[in-house]
Amino acid sequence: MEINQEPIQQLTEIRNLMERSSRFISLSGISGVVAGLIALIGSGAALVYLDFDQRYFEMNGHFASLENSGYRDTLWFIIPDAMIMLVLALFSGIYFTSRKARNKGLKVWDSTARRMVINLSIPLATGGIFCLILLYHDLIFLLAPATLLFYGLALINASKYTYHEIRVLGICEIILGLMASWLIPFGLLFWAAGFGALHIFYGLIMYYRYEKENLNTEAGDRK
Amino acid sequence: MKEIISKLNRQFESRVRLGIMSVLMVNETVDFVTLKDLLDTTDGNLSSHLSALEKNGLVEMRKQFIGRKPNTRYKATDVGKLAFKEHLDYLAKLIGNRPKL
Repeated sequence: MEINQEPIQQLTEIRNLMERSSRFISLSGISGVVAGLIALIGSGAALVYLDFDQRYFEMNGHFASLENSGYRDTLWFIIPDAMIMLVLALFSGIYFTSRKARNKGLKVWDSTARRMVINLSIPLATGGIFCLILLYHDLIFLLAPATLLFYGLALINASKYTYHEIRVLGICEIILGLMASWLIPFGLLFWAAGFGALHIFYGLIMYYRYEKENLNTEAGDRK
Repeated sequence: MKEIISKLNRQFESRVRLGIMSVLMVNETVDFVTLKDLLDTTDGNLSSHLSALEKNGLVEMRKQFIGRKPNTRYKATDVGKLAFKEHLDYLAKLIGNRPKL
């Protein structure tokens, strides 16, 4: 038993343990970049599709197009597009995060991961159900702002259990969500900015801050 | 120097005890298995340190069952938290500035 460790070493160990036991630190920056790319491709596809026949923009201006037979076609494009993006982003997130945990010799699914996921899921599931209700009421033009707003709130809620930076990301998503609900015709563009560009930007920040230069030291720490 | 040494809380001399208290400072309750994983130690070692801390009133133990599996959870007492904070202040004094924790 080591008695009288160096004080600095003791403090480092205390801080390390406090972080490891209360925050989920395996969240991978690369998964953010990949999720961002997926969102850009998915929203790009939607933009191209909708731009060609201007249905989305018509719908935003007035509700006349609800009777338009094209409305159902739009939904049949938007919903599978969104679902594919969600599934791909989720899988890449799980893949890169568990890879990072493995590299650091940490467990992926521990109590901190559980806490983060639960706190992320509550606002996110609420948002998901809310979006289904929006669809039920044919309020398709509110989907982009609603997803941004609920996602932002979910991030802020989960940030207590992972990296602090996630909180700022959440605030940015909320700002974009509010702007998207104000400037309805640009909803899809705000959505692409929030889920695409911001994710890539944040993923890169997290990668350079926590993964790149830490790889060697972390490996050393774990003996 | 003599004064500093006398102020050293003997409770926190071991790495495991220091670790237990660090984890319990930032988590309401923690179960035995999680502590074992975090501190990378053995069952016997961990439980002897935990019972020593418990005997001195620094941590509390609560046994419960999840289904059929026994689950022992630990919690830092107010006395334990205070003692740990004092130990942190002492460490900070040793290195001459306050740690950002």
